[in-house]
Amino acid sequence: MHIYLDNAATTQLDPRVLKAMMPYLGPKYANASSIHALGQSNNLDLESARQTVAGILGLNSAGLVFTSGASEANNFILRGIMQANQAKGKHLIVSAIEHPCVYQTARVLARNGYEVDIAPVDKNGLIDLASLAKLIRSDTVLVSVMAVNNEIGSVQNLAAIAKIVHQQGAYFHSDIVQAIPYLQLNLSKLGVDCASFSAHKFYGPKGVGAAYIRPGIKSEPLISGGEQENGYRAGTYNLPGIIGLASALEVAYKERSLYLPRVKTLRDYFWQCLRKELSGLKLNGNLKNRVANNLNVCFSKIEGEAILMDLSLKGVYVSTGSACSAHNLKSSYVLSAIGLADYDLNSNIRFSLGRYNTKREIDLTVAALKKTVSRLRAFSPVK
Amino acid sequence: MSLNYTNKTINAFLKPKNIGSIKNPDALASVGNPVCGDQLSFSIRVKGDRIKDIKFLSFGCASNIATASVLTQQVKGMTIAEAKKYDWQKIVSILGGLPQQKVHCSMMAIEALQRVLAAYEQRLSLASDKKLTITKITKNKLSSKTMASKQKKVS
Repeated sequence: MHIYLDNAATTQLDPRVLKAMMPYLGPKYANASSIHALGQSNNLDLESARQTVAGILGLNSAGLVFTSGASEANNFILRGIMQANQAKGKHLIVSAIEHPCVYQTARVLARNGYEVDIAPVDKNGLIDLASLAKLIRSDTVLVSVMAVNNEIGSVQNLAAIAKIVHQQGAYFHSDIVQAIPYLQLNLSKLGVDCASFSAHKFYGPKGVGAAYIRPGIKSEPLISGGEQENGYRAGTYNLPGIIGLASALEVAYKERSLYLPRVKTLRDYFWQCLRKELSGLKLNGNLKNRVANNLNVCFSKIEGEAILMDLSLKGVYVSTGSACSAHNLKSSYVLSAIGLADYDLNSNIRFSLGRYNTKREIDLTVAALKKTVSRLRAFSPVK
Repeated sequence: MSLNYTNKTINAFLKPKNIGSIKNPDALASVGNPVCGDQLSFSIRVKGDRIKDIKFLSFGCASNIATASVLTQQVKGMTIAEAKKYDWQKIVSILGGLPQQKVHCSMMAIEALQRVLAAYEQRLSLASDKKLTITKITKNKLSSKTMASKQKKVS
């Protein structure tokens, strides 16, 4: 039995996407920067992929830079924009629940002479707009708030944040990696100046993503040494990846209207069953301001990693917090930021459903969880 | 992150030995707490100078449970002196190795053992102090009674 409920960590490559990529892993191998016919044919495909992505997300394609993923894109945007706009100021604001690739990059910048403020969130993981407005100053260059949180799935009001940020003349960056295809994203209309995302979160290949920096905003490259991506990102184009990203994005939004109600019904059914079958559970965040595929649950009195391992040995794959935070084995700063009690910080599991999950899988997961939780609680010292 | 457990660790996690808590134990002790991410509670029963029984409760990850299971199996039947010398490397070696970031679990299990043994010894020494005190008091009382009776006799 293999039940994969860790789709926020990564997703399975869609066979249709793989099919679209295959020619570029085979006969269409030429370098898209080469000026001969083979290269230029690939260059047309590359630019066509760029147009596709820009069209779906409501962006100006001239500002789209393909990267190795969202971590690189976030590094590029934060470092590049802060560095290039020092004449305006050296002040950066990031939310308290950003992904480590934003949070840690902000910390690095803070150690290197930039000023960083952390914008707080409420108990549901939503940015406190009034506090954010107070933090923005005339020398604030960039405000970074993720569209959807990777651990608790909380959805921000991007338009409202953009309005506050722009009132003060700063730029608004949003990491939208967990928002595709859960939110309809016309980024220009929403007022998002910069964005970052990664293909493998929406059934595309790993190792490819993109950064968007609205044309007109100054930025420095993260990787220099080539003229690719208008000099913003040196390195041979990862064409199979870029084609895969565009194809995956197309499929994701084409099937969105069917997928969303289906995954939401499944997720709500899952939560309903859990509440019926198990006691001592708490939902982290609320159901209302949350993407349709996410559940983050506190199982009181037992430790999250033990739950994860026990489930894993039963063939059910979940996560404690995010896969990235699992690396340092520390409790989640996201759950801490939404005010979870210290005693509950190590008892949480993130379930992230996806395109290929079924009701039967949810039933089997609930049955497995019942066994896991009662076994572990039987010898917990926590009263 | 590489977090591949050996089959021995997985088995000890899935079927841990000596779980629970001993009723009216000779000593009990805990290390850690849920805020830190793991907690182990040991209880022991001692007969003579040997650990007759030892049980544990765990709020912790798979290796926390597995290491406590192995340790309790190992020290059950040992003398207190032998158990005090038991070290964490032995647990790791019995499990066939632990992922680097999980080695601390074996140290935590040893710490819990040391604490429960210390609690036992402290109780023992308190008890012997108490005996001593009781004997002294009884003696004093006796002597004062004798004194009193002597005084009575005198009066």
